[in-house]
Amino acid sequence: MIGLSSYLVLAALVFSIGLFGVLTRRNAVGILLGIELMLNAVNINLVAFARFHGDLTGLIFTLFTIAITVVEVAVGLAIVIAIFRVWRTVDADRLDLLRG
Amino acid sequence: MDLSLLLPLLVPAMPFAAFVILAIVPPIRRTGRGAGALSIAAIAVSFVAAVIVWHSGFVGERTWGWIPADGGPIATVGVMVDPISNAMLVLVTLVSLLVQIYSLAYLSNERPGALGRYYTYQSLFVFSMLGLVLAPGFLQMFVFWELVGLCSYLLIGFWYDRPAAARAAVKAFWITKLGDLGFIIGIVLLWSATGTFEFSELFERAEANTLAVPGLAVIMFLIYLGAVGKSAQFPLHVWLPDAMEGPTPVSALIHAATMVTAGVFLVTRAEPLFALVPEVMAVIAWVGAFTALLAATMACVEGDIKRVLAYSTVSQLGYMMAAAGAGATPAGFLHLLTHGLFKALLFLAAGAVIHAVGTNDMFRMGGLFRAMPHTAIVFLIGTLALAGVPPLAGFYSKEAVLGGVWQAHLTGPFLMLALTALLTAFYMFRAVFLTFFGRAHAGGHPHEAPWLMRGPLWLLAVLTVVAGIRLAMSGAEAHEATPGWLPPFSVGLALFGFVLALAMYQRGVIDPARVARALAPLDYLARRRYGLDALYAGLYRGLILGFSRVIGWIDRYFVDGILNALTALTLRAGDSLRHIQTGRAQDYVYGVAFGVLLLFVWAQLWRR
Repeated sequence: MIGLSSYLVLAALVFSIGLFGVLTRRNAVGILLGIELMLNAVNINLVAFARFHGDLTGLIFTLFTIAITVVEVAVGLAIVIAIFRVWRTVDADRLDLLRG
Repeated sequence: MDLSLLLPLLVPAMPFAAFVILAIVPPIRRTGRGAGALSIAAIAVSFVAAVIVWHSGFVGERTWGWIPADGGPIATVGVMVDPISNAMLVLVTLVSLLVQIYSLAYLSNERPGALGRYYTYQSLFVFSMLGLVLAPGFLQMFVFWELVGLCSYLLIGFWYDRPAAARAAVKAFWITKLGDLGFIIGIVLLWSATGTFEFSELFERAEANTLAVPGLAVIMFLIYLGAVGKSAQFPLHVWLPDAMEGPTPVSALIHAATMVTAGVFLVTRAEPLFALVPEVMAVIAWVGAFTALLAATMACVEGDIKRVLAYSTVSQLGYMMAAAGAGATPAGFLHLLTHGLFKALLFLAAGAVIHAVGTNDMFRMGGLFRAMPHTAIVFLIGTLALAGVPPLAGFYSKEAVLGGVWQAHLTGPFLMLALTALLTAFYMFRAVFLTFFGRAHAGGHPHEAPWLMRGPLWLLAVLTVVAGIRLAMSGAEAHEATPGWLPPFSVGLALFGFVLALAMYQRGVIDPARVARALAPLDYLARRRYGLDALYAGLYRGLILGFSRVIGWIDRYFVDGILNALTALTLRAGDSLRHIQTGRAQDYVYGVAFGVLLLFVWAQLWRR
């Protein structure tokens, strides 16, 4: 039997990989992918707790999260495309309009 | 309420009502002559009431509490009626009435709006002066004291579009304020020592010798400072000659007959208190006599007819103060009353001359006797009264002053005043000869003033004569106190001054220029007003402006310097800190993540 902690460790790993991706990828699409990974790490946590506590709330929450994630990616990609149209690039390093 | 106190209340109430109506109903004010008629009607009622009060010889006091505090009101307002204030009431209302009638003709060329403004100020002034005269305590007196100062400022600056008038108004205001500063400090000190502002209570305690206040001499000296400023005593007399920039009727009313005598009135009123401090009395007498002499010498070299009269006023105020300081307050007060009559007469007559000739310069007048005999005759009457020729009013009051000073064994002031009497006759007859006799210089066709101006002049002239004759008949007991040689002595002085003026300016026996050369240093100093104006201007420029410049430098370079350094530092710090803001979303996320990590570490390690 795999314990709760294994799921949490997996989720932490996935979250860290996602965070690493968000911080290091230069491509805006890559950053979006990293965000997806982080969100899914949260989903794993939710499902794991729901399973081990016998509470359906976590599962329902996960469904919501998935739905919202889809929307978020759609909006995110739309922004990326809009940026690309203006700047002809999706390199995050060059999108520094707010530099001080 | 006692009905007999209604009349004294009515006296200041009438001009106040006129002032309020003129101040808050602009359509009436803008009619000009209508406003004048209203103001004159009000002051006429006041005058009648004042005469009735005076005639009845009524004495009394009615006060109401003012400034409520724990344990009863701190001060009172009200009216205090006694022989002194009765006489002042009549003088003030009489001169105001005549001056306001005279002004209708004198200022007939003004715009209606300006004329209305003039009468508004006049009404306020009369109200304030009457309130001052009737004051039952120091505090009310001070309030009205400041109000008359304000009216003086407003009326000197009546032609405020003339820079000289505006400057003179400000000068008069500031210099009298200098004295008033001492006055208010004195009042407050007296209050803190005795716990009351009331004259009646203070006098009772002074009478009963229970007014043992430490530093009473200092307090009374401070109060006297207020009189120095208001009554143009040396060294604060410099504002009065400049105040001649105002309309001539204003000079006659405020700067000859009424407001400037407020200082003398104050010393007369508070005489029981001043009597407790002989050293201050001596100062008052010496300063008064010195002022009289100094102003008389300046009047001898002045060419502006109004300024001659202004210096003469300063000189005569010195007379009154000297008498008050010598303990002869009745004599000083008598001189105040008679001087109020004939100096107002002289000013109004001079106003008629200026009105006709269009200049103040006596050397450009001359030979006006033929053109305006009425004015010349009343001016001559005023001159004789001022010079102290019997049986005119000035002779008796001046003699009483000299006698009082002699009685007090103040030989120095007596000699100064005697010399002043000579100079008074000299400069006044000099003015008469230069203006009304000799060769005519005046351009155009000088004409006699309208009856609206001549009426008040003749009335004042008649009153001067009548007052003199009445004093001659009733003053027998006053004469006993003075030495027998005094009347011939003072008449002789006046005569000598007259002969001197006749010889110099009429017959041409003595050349004025040669006299001026012979007395070159004195002439030089007197023409430059003894450098006092220059001294004050220098003090103002050097001391006050210099001090301001130092303060300005400190403010600009030290206080502002600290602020500038702080702002520069902040700007510099912000400039270097703004590089943290890279504008890249990833850097911010990195910061957030790192921060969260730190929070975790902190929670794990230290929050046990």
